[in-house]
Amino acid sequence: MNATADSPPPLLALRGIVKKFTGVTALTGVDFTVRAGEIHALLGENGAGKSTLIKVLTGVYPPDGGEMRLAGAAIRPRSPKDAETLGISTVYQEVNLIPTLSVAENIGLGRQRSFLGLLNWRALRRHAREALARLDLECDVDAELGALPLAWQQMVAIARALDLRAKLLVLDEPTASLDEKEVAELFRIMRRLRAEGLGIVFVTHFLDQVYAVSDRITILRNGELVGEYPAAELPRLALVSKMLGREVRDEEGRTTRDEPAAKAVEPSAAPLLEVRNLGRRGALHSLNFALRAGEVTGLAGLLGSGRTETARLLFGIDRADSGDISVRGAPVRFASPRQAIRHGLAFCSEDRKTEGILPNLSVRENIIFALQAKRGAWRILARAEQDRLAAHYIQALRIKTPGPEVPVKNLSGGNQQKVLLARWLATQPALIILDEPTRGIDVGAKAEIEQLIAKLRGEGLAVLFISSEIEEVVRTSTRVIVLRERRWAAELAGAEIELPRLLRLMAGGSAA
Amino acid sequence: MTTRRTAPRFRSPVWWPLAGILLLVLINIAYELAHKPGVFPEFLRVTWQDGHFFGMPVDIFNEGSRCLVLALGMTLVIATGGIDLSVGSVMAIAGSVAAVLLRQGDSLALVLGAALAVSLLCGLANGVLVAGARVQPIVATLILMVAGRGIAQLITNGDVIIIDRGSFAFLGNGFVLGVPFAPLLVALLYLGAGALLRRSALGLFIEALGDNETASRFAGLASARVKLCVYAACGFGAGVAGLLAASNIRAADSYRAGENMELDAIFAVVVGGTALSGGRFTLLGSFVGAVLLQTLTTTMYNLGVPPAVAPVPKAVLIITVCLFQSETTRRWLAARWRRPAPAPA
Repeated sequence: MNATADSPPPLLALRGIVKKFTGVTALTGVDFTVRAGEIHALLGENGAGKSTLIKVLTGVYPPDGGEMRLAGAAIRPRSPKDAETLGISTVYQEVNLIPTLSVAENIGLGRQRSFLGLLNWRALRRHAREALARLDLECDVDAELGALPLAWQQMVAIARALDLRAKLLVLDEPTASLDEKEVAELFRIMRRLRAEGLGIVFVTHFLDQVYAVSDRITILRNGELVGEYPAAELPRLALVSKMLGREVRDEEGRTTRDEPAAKAVEPSAAPLLEVRNLGRRGALHSLNFALRAGEVTGLAGLLGSGRTETARLLFGIDRADSGDISVRGAPVRFASPRQAIRHGLAFCSEDRKTEGILPNLSVRENIIFALQAKRGAWRILARAEQDRLAAHYIQALRIKTPGPEVPVKNLSGGNQQKVLLARWLATQPALIILDEPTRGIDVGAKAEIEQLIAKLRGEGLAVLFISSEIEEVVRTSTRVIVLRERRWAAELAGAEIELPRLLRLMAGGSAA
Repeated sequence: MTTRRTAPRFRSPVWWPLAGILLLVLINIAYELAHKPGVFPEFLRVTWQDGHFFGMPVDIFNEGSRCLVLALGMTLVIATGGIDLSVGSVMAIAGSVAAVLLRQGDSLALVLGAALAVSLLCGLANGVLVAGARVQPIVATLILMVAGRGIAQLITNGDVIIIDRGSFAFLGNGFVLGVPFAPLLVALLYLGAGALLRRSALGLFIEALGDNETASRFAGLASARVKLCVYAACGFGAGVAGLLAASNIRAADSYRAGENMELDAIFAVVVGGTALSGGRFTLLGSFVGAVLLQTLTTTMYNLGVPPAVAPVPKAVLIITVCLFQSETTRRWLAARWRRPAPAPA
């Protein structure tokens, strides 16, 4: 639909973009338009092509077809730096900064002004502080980036992207690790930038956020454009239907427990895993809880409350300084993940890029890997068995892949997550720890994973479920442990689990 | 739904070193036909003399057998994301141990066993530093590279020891059914290693370790054990190479044995298509890479290039093969070759 009285061309106009990888066509003839002074949401299921479109736009990949125009002029960015020079600034889903450099160095990277090759460090630091101040953030700009929690690293990435005199700002899942206050802050800045005439591309899975801040919405499905709509004219249900290509039951009202029958499976009396006074200096302080078979225990808390740290202690990645863990009544001390696995534990990490996938190995190899590692080098899984397992999980988890032999790095983030889940399920664990399993996954797949967790619970697995999405925790858990500032704050069971109460406990209000 | 291999076969990186070998063969043929027209090129001629095969192709495999063995172990170490700079020194140690024991009059079995055991221990020492003490591989193996030669010289007391045991000389000079023993042994080692890596999960473990070590460990891989294995194997291979080298010249020269061979081995692996950063590896590629290097050396000799100049064509060849293996270069050339096609509507 052409603009009628608008004489200036749109800020960004992509027409007919095609992108192919080995064995996969990620984008077929996609159009995408962004006007100056608008926030434009880009939505789609996993594998729809959102990340690929962003990468083509920002010069990471050259398109195999189509044309790109910025403010009317044809462009062909050859690299991310090229795109930045053109005025397209990006913040990626996976924080693409240098963990071993300081915050100030990361913000100034590639943009430092140098006099005869010498850097002005004071100016660099001041610059970084100003960039952060724009987000109302304050931190030690000399701190090593990798030492900061993931949420902070993402904020630094956003500060870096906002730093430039950009014409177009692309945010790829920027809110994935942010809490409500931080999200509100980000939105405030986005609105200010919009008023200044910037065009903002906002890729996200959080539908609430889409409606809170976007002017228009573009939906992709299976590498094709479904349509472009003003946000005010597209009701939520219609949006989800278009994303999935099928009618979907309204699931967002389900913040109260509506399937008591399903949750009536009696968890066994004796705890599978018990934790007493568990602590680690600088990470956790004296935790006590028990996990039972047939139960989904949610671990809720704000960022920095110690949830992932707990998981890492349970799984043997970090060593505890105090307290003990016992499995089936017997005390254990896990010196490595290998030992934890031997006792029937499994851990699906939240950082799938560095702690999860084996990027150049195939989907099949990734799926069978933990099982094979458990069996050792000599008891090899027959190829036929490997193929069977891979095919089974690709089907059961609806992993979108052209085949089991494709390198897993070619899959979209959500499908990679499913491959990792398949890897752990293949080991048939007694206890599975899921750390943010639905992060970066679309609505349809989220529902699938929640159903899967319920099924696992029914089969007698013990599940420790960590998620920043409180609604998800409420929907899925039969018991919830609340952490606050690295300490145990409360434990809720059954009917006590409800959204407002959880939020109060997490935030630190009066005990309910 | 097609179940393809991870990389389609025609895209295998092994084609490039193979092409390099073909090119060298053609160069030799052209040179010889130009200088001695009408005569069958010496470079390709294999005859039967003194009860065995004879000719330049035979020499290539015979001379190249040491580099081939080194490349085998080196491939596995590089695949885990590491490197082993000590193989040359371990060769010297193995040769020295063998020579000293032979001089004492020990049986061949004991001599071979002792030399190989010492080499294995050297490899394990590297492995312990890398896997246990978490020392970076380049640093850990550099230690043995420097110290090892000193150890070799200590064993021989600084002398060059002559070996006159016929049975030992067979390793580097003997023939089995007309075929030289050394290349036969090497072929057996490659086949054996290939079978072991694919029949067990070791190949998968090595590739996973090199691809993403953290993820592998979190998935329960006994990463320290795998690293110990590959460094031990590399040390063992260096021992075999050292024995072949000492046998070939019928002497243990602790100063010169294995000199710079670690670099040749690394080149063979890289040229063969295994990435230095680790992950997927190809034994076949390393085999071809080592043969390529030896073919080049023989070509230089055949063409009468003075030995001082010889490293230059070697460097050029390696750079060329690596460039062609690189995705970026291929894309650049393809863009130049084809006229830019109009963008589809």
